[in-house]
Amino acid sequence: MTNVDARPLRVLVTKIGLDGHDRGSRIVAAYLRDAGMEVIYTPPWQTISGVVKLVTEEDVDIIGVSSLATDHLIVPKMMDALREAGLEHVRVIVGGIVPDEEKGALLAAGVSRIFGPGAARDEIVDFVTSLGRQSRSGRIDEFSEVIP
Amino acid sequence: MTEIAIQLPLPGFEQAQGEWRSQYSRQMRDETPIRNRSGIEIQPLYSPRDWSGERYLDDLGFPGQFPFTRGIYPSMHRGRTWTQRQLIGLGTPEDYNKRVRRIIEAGATAISLLPCCSGFRGIDCDEVDPVLLGTCGTVINTTDHMDRALDGVPIGEISTAMNDPSPFTLLAFTLGVARRRGIDWRSVTGTSNQSDYISHFIANHQFYRLSLPGSRRVLLDHIDFCRRHVPNWNPVSVVGQHMQQAGATPAETMGFTLSTAIQYAEDCIARGMDVDDVLRRFTFFFDISISLFEEVAKFRAGRRIWARIARDRLGAKDPACWRFKFHGQTSGVDLTQQQPLNNIARVSIQAMAGILSGLQSLHTDAYDEAIACPSEETARIAVATQNILREEARLCDVIDPLGGSYYIERLTDQMEAEIEGVIAKIDAAGGMYKAAEAGLVQTMIGESALAFQEQVDSGERKIVGVNCYRIEEDPTVPPADRPDAEAMHRHVEGFKAFKRERSQNQVARALDALARAANSTDENTFEKVVEAVEVGVTHGEVVGCLRRELGFGHPLILA
Repeated sequence: MTNVDARPLRVLVTKIGLDGHDRGSRIVAAYLRDAGMEVIYTPPWQTISGVVKLVTEEDVDIIGVSSLATDHLIVPKMMDALREAGLEHVRVIVGGIVPDEEKGALLAAGVSRIFGPGAARDEIVDFVTSLGRQSRSGRIDEFSEVIP
Repeated sequence: MTEIAIQLPLPGFEQAQGEWRSQYSRQMRDETPIRNRSGIEIQPLYSPRDWSGERYLDDLGFPGQFPFTRGIYPSMHRGRTWTQRQLIGLGTPEDYNKRVRRIIEAGATAISLLPCCSGFRGIDCDEVDPVLLGTCGTVINTTDHMDRALDGVPIGEISTAMNDPSPFTLLAFTLGVARRRGIDWRSVTGTSNQSDYISHFIANHQFYRLSLPGSRRVLLDHIDFCRRHVPNWNPVSVVGQHMQQAGATPAETMGFTLSTAIQYAEDCIARGMDVDDVLRRFTFFFDISISLFEEVAKFRAGRRIWARIARDRLGAKDPACWRFKFHGQTSGVDLTQQQPLNNIARVSIQAMAGILSGLQSLHTDAYDEAIACPSEETARIAVATQNILREEARLCDVIDPLGGSYYIERLTDQMEAEIEGVIAKIDAAGGMYKAAEAGLVQTMIGESALAFQEQVDSGERKIVGVNCYRIEEDPTVPPADRPDAEAMHRHVEGFKAFKRERSQNQVARALDALARAANSTDENTFEKVVEAVEVGVTHGEVVGCLRRELGFGHPLILA
C-alpha cells in the first residue's frame, strides 16, 4: 500500500469536444508537473473514447478537463463512459468557464470540483494532491474486495 | 530603429533634469523597475532626450506617407472612421440572419460570420454531439445554409468578413449564393479571416483541418483564385490575435505576425505571382490588450516595419502594398468572468488603444465574452462603446493624437527594436513556416504565457476581481445564452435530408475532381472547392477529401 502511494500522481490534462483554446490547460499542466506529478498532456479536441483509452493505458489517477467554450456540456457523457469502462476510481476535475447555472449537472455527474478562472496555483495543486490520495485509496479498497 | 544621437541644445536642461531626478529618487527610494508586457522597462518620465523631432520625416512622416507611422491614409479617421465590424456567429443560419439583419438596420456597413466550432474542426453538423452545435458560431455546412444565413443581406454592397480557414468553404458557399442571385463575383468584397494557417498551427484551434503543407498549398490556390475571379476580396488576413491570446507578448505577436506575412509573400512570389498584385490585398488582424500605450506603440511600430519590409525586402513598388491595414479586436483574455460588468470599462480602454493607433476596423467584445456568446443586449453595449468613443469622446478629431509624445515615440522605437529582434530570430530559424514546424514559436509563446500567469499568481500583476478587489457574490453575472435545441435538431435533420436527396453522382464526380486537383501541380484546389459546393458537396466532405489527399492531423490526437 505504501509502495502504491509513493509513486507520483498521474494526471491527465486534456480538452474534449470542439474548442481549441489551450492556454489554460497548458498552464495547469505546467503547475502540476512542477509540483512533482506525472502529467499526461493532450492537445485539444480529444474524443471521449480516446480519453477513456488513454486513462486505461496510462494508469491515470485524475483527469483534468479544460473547457473554455461549451465543451463542459459533454463532460457528463465522459463520466458515463468512464464508469462503463470500470474506471470509477479516477477522479475528474473541470477547469475553465462553466456558467453557474450549468455547474450542477457536472457535479451531479460526479465531477469532483470545478475551478473557475482566477483559481490560484496552490489551490489547484493542493486539491489535486488530496484528490489523488482518495483516488488511490478508492482503488485499494476495490482490490481488497477482489483479493481475498 | 534610429539610435538616439540627436541632442538638441537646450540650455539648462541637464541641470533641471538632474534636480528633478534627485528629488524623484528621494521620494521613491525603494522603487522596483516597472516593465510593460513586452518586457521593456518603463521610466517615470520622458523628455526631449528620449526622442527628438529632428527624426520626424525619417521615422514618422505625415499620414499616408512612408513609413506610415502616423497612419496609412492622409485623412485617417477624420475622413472615414474605422469600420465597426462585430463578430457574429450563433445557432442556426436563421438565428444568424435575424441578428445580422438587425445589425444592418442599425447602420452597420460591414458584417462578419463566425462558424460553429464543428465547422472549424472540419466536420458537418450530423457528426457532432448536438449539445455543442451552434454554441460558439453558426452551423453552415452547405450553400443552402449560407443562402439562408445571408437572406436579405446585400452581398456585393456590404463587406463580409468570414472566419473561414483553409479550404475556405464559407467563401465558396458565398460565391455560390452570389451566382444564384446574379451578383457579379467582382463586386463581392470582404476578407477571409483566419486564412492564416500558420497562426492556427501555432496558437489556435483550427489547424485540425489540414496538414501544414496541405494548408500551404490551398492558401496559395485560394490567393491565386481570388486574384483572378474575386479581385475585391482580401484572401489573406495575417493574424496576430491568436498568438497574443495564447500568451505571446505584444512585441512577440507583432514580430511573429510580420514574419508570417513575409512567409506568405515569399511563397506567392515563389509561385510566380506578382508581389504588387498580392500584397495590395494583405490585411492584418490583431488583439488589442488593455496595456494602452504599449498597444499604441506596437501598432505604430508595426506600420513602420511593414512599410520597410514591403518596399525594401519584398520589393513591392505600389505604395498600396506598403500600407499596413489592420482589424483590431479587443482582447478577450483581459476580460474576467468575475464581476463581468467591469469588462465594459476594460473594453472601452482597449478600444481606445486601437482607435488611437489608427486601426481600419474594430470589433469590441461584449462584457459577457468571458462567459458565453454575447446576448443581443450585451452586443448592443459593445457597439455603443464604439459609438461613444467616436461621437462623445471624439477620438476621431485628431490623427495620431499621441504622436510626438516623448513617451510614445520612445516606446515606439523600443517596441520596433524588440519586434525586429523577433523577426531576426524567425529569419535565423529559416522563416515562419519552419519555425512553426520546429515548435520554436510555440515554445516562446508558452514561456511568455507562463511568465504572465506567474505574475498574476504572485500578485505582481493585478487583475481587479481576480487577485484583488474581489467580492463574494456577484448578482450581475448573466446566464449563458444557448441555442434553441429544437431548432438545431430541425436544422440537422434538414441537413441529413439534403444529403440524401442531392445527386450522388455529381457529388462523387466533384469530390473526385477535387482529389485529382490536390494531387496535381497545375490545378487549383480552391477552384474545385467552389465547383464542388455548387453541386451540393458539404463542408465536411470538402475537408475530408483534402485531408485524405493532402494530409491532416495532429500526431497526438487520438481517434
